[in-house]
Amino acid sequence: MTVTARKLQAAPAVLTTAAAAAIVVPLKRATASPAERILPMLRALAVAVLPPLLTTLVILAIWQIAFDRPGATLPSPAVVWREASDLILDPFFVAGSQDMGLGWRVLTSLQRVAIGFSLAAVAGVLVGTIVGQSVWAMRGLDPVFQILRTVPPLAWLPISLAAFRDASPSAIFVIFITAIWPILINTAVGIRNIPQDYRNVSQVLRLNHFEFFYKIMVPSAAPYIFTGLRIGIGLAWLAIVAAEMLTGGIGIGFFIWDAWNSSRIPDIVVALVYIGVVGFMLDRLVAFVATRITRGTASN
Amino acid sequence: MTIQDSFLRIDHLDKSFRRGDAVSEVLRDVNLDIARGEFVSIIGHSGCGKSTLLNVVAGLTETTKGVVFLEGFAVEEPGPDRAVVFQNHSLLPWLTVYDNVRLAVDKVFGGARTKAKRDEWTMHNLELVHMAHARDKRPGEISGGMKQRVGIARALAMQPKVLLLDEPFGALDALTRAHLQDSVMEIHARLGNTVLMVTHDVDEAVLLSDRIVMMTNGPAATIGEVLTVDLPRPRKRLELVAHPTYLAARAAVLEFLYARHKAPTIAA
Repeated sequence: MTVTARKLQAAPAVLTTAAAAAIVVPLKRATASPAERILPMLRALAVAVLPPLLTTLVILAIWQIAFDRPGATLPSPAVVWREASDLILDPFFVAGSQDMGLGWRVLTSLQRVAIGFSLAAVAGVLVGTIVGQSVWAMRGLDPVFQILRTVPPLAWLPISLAAFRDASPSAIFVIFITAIWPILINTAVGIRNIPQDYRNVSQVLRLNHFEFFYKIMVPSAAPYIFTGLRIGIGLAWLAIVAAEMLTGGIGIGFFIWDAWNSSRIPDIVVALVYIGVVGFMLDRLVAFVATRITRGTASN
Repeated sequence: MTIQDSFLRIDHLDKSFRRGDAVSEVLRDVNLDIARGEFVSIIGHSGCGKSTLLNVVAGLTETTKGVVFLEGFAVEEPGPDRAVVFQNHSLLPWLTVYDNVRLAVDKVFGGARTKAKRDEWTMHNLELVHMAHARDKRPGEISGGMKQRVGIARALAMQPKVLLLDEPFGALDALTRAHLQDSVMEIHARLGNTVLMVTHDVDEAVLLSDRIVMMTNGPAATIGEVLTVDLPRPRKRLELVAHPTYLAARAAVLEFLYARHKAPTIAA
């Protein structure tokens, strides 16, 4: 609307022919019928939805053709539907302590991820800030971090079981230790990359340490911090499934292990789809929060 | 002139940077006195240390030897009494135009003025640079000239004793630059600020300044000459084009920069 208004205001100043041409465009837009307005929206929707839908159908068809024969080691989509449709259709049924919908299991896993990831986010940002601010902390701690971050998540599990002597805190600790490194390292890089200009501004304004932290440091490093958080949540979701396979309980990871032990392969297929969809949604959630909060910072 | 008479005094200032064993002397024995309300420009070729000199006055860079006095007190650290307008505007991109200025206002007048007064003062300064209409825009959404206007508003809002301009219009196109120079002249006439400006534009220096400080080439640059521009204010860009005093001042600066203190060949 602002573009139209400006065009109309500017029109008298330029050539009359140009003015006439400038007026025609907004008039046409103003009289657009509802059908004309809805049609482009539908087209945009189709462009977004159709390609992935078609690809999925093709993949399902290939899968069906490949495994639709007697003696196939893996179930075809039709078999999955026949054997495990209760899991697909009702995520939230409860029929016993180990017989419940996948929705409940995913929520249990998500709860663990939420606790572990929140702790990792707070600790990662705080320690990352210190490491990014202090040359000595950087020199001392960076080699340690670089080595620890390459340790695979599951390698932490035995030692955390030994320390906590309980499955649930151990799983949470594995999430924490997996997710913290990208958050910590990205925060440190973000803090180190605060432009000298912003530091000069804060010096001229005489911002104290606290004001500098939350008015300059955090917003300036926010894009880096969110990159770290996004990598971290992905790793956390990877780790929880593996950790739960070993620790048991109600989580989605243990469900897969349990299904494998009782040869319910179609259930595993459904669980994999659940894990993929939830992981995708977690990633998008963090990305959404990031674009909302770092609006402006990225545009410069 | 004694220290008491001088508003801003740069006294036997030396500045050298040390990197490992290598010491590079940037400024040697710089002396300058600036009176209250005076508009002084520092001009010189790139790399002559004029920005370093401004940063020393701002307190952002420490001196090696010598002292900068403001109203008789030695400058030791940066502060809002010496507000800087940076060449690249240095607005915080996550804050709106209003919030960028308001941050400065809150920091400087947070204890002394009520919220309503601070809001009024923020808007007053935005109006002074003709940017009140863009108060809710973010720096990424406005042009380079507009960003620099907001940078000036932020500096003015601190009510500094000295306004320090570090090549404020260097990154702008010629037309925008002319507009902003006119704005700065208008503000200087209205508020009577003491201004110290670094520039490499001869016309800008002659148009705006009461005195032009010409720097010799580095290393170990110092003040080569100080030229008083005796033109009446308010100055009009068009009327000055053929004014003999203007032309003489312009010729004197050009002669200093290009005949007597030619740019070193490396500094293109």
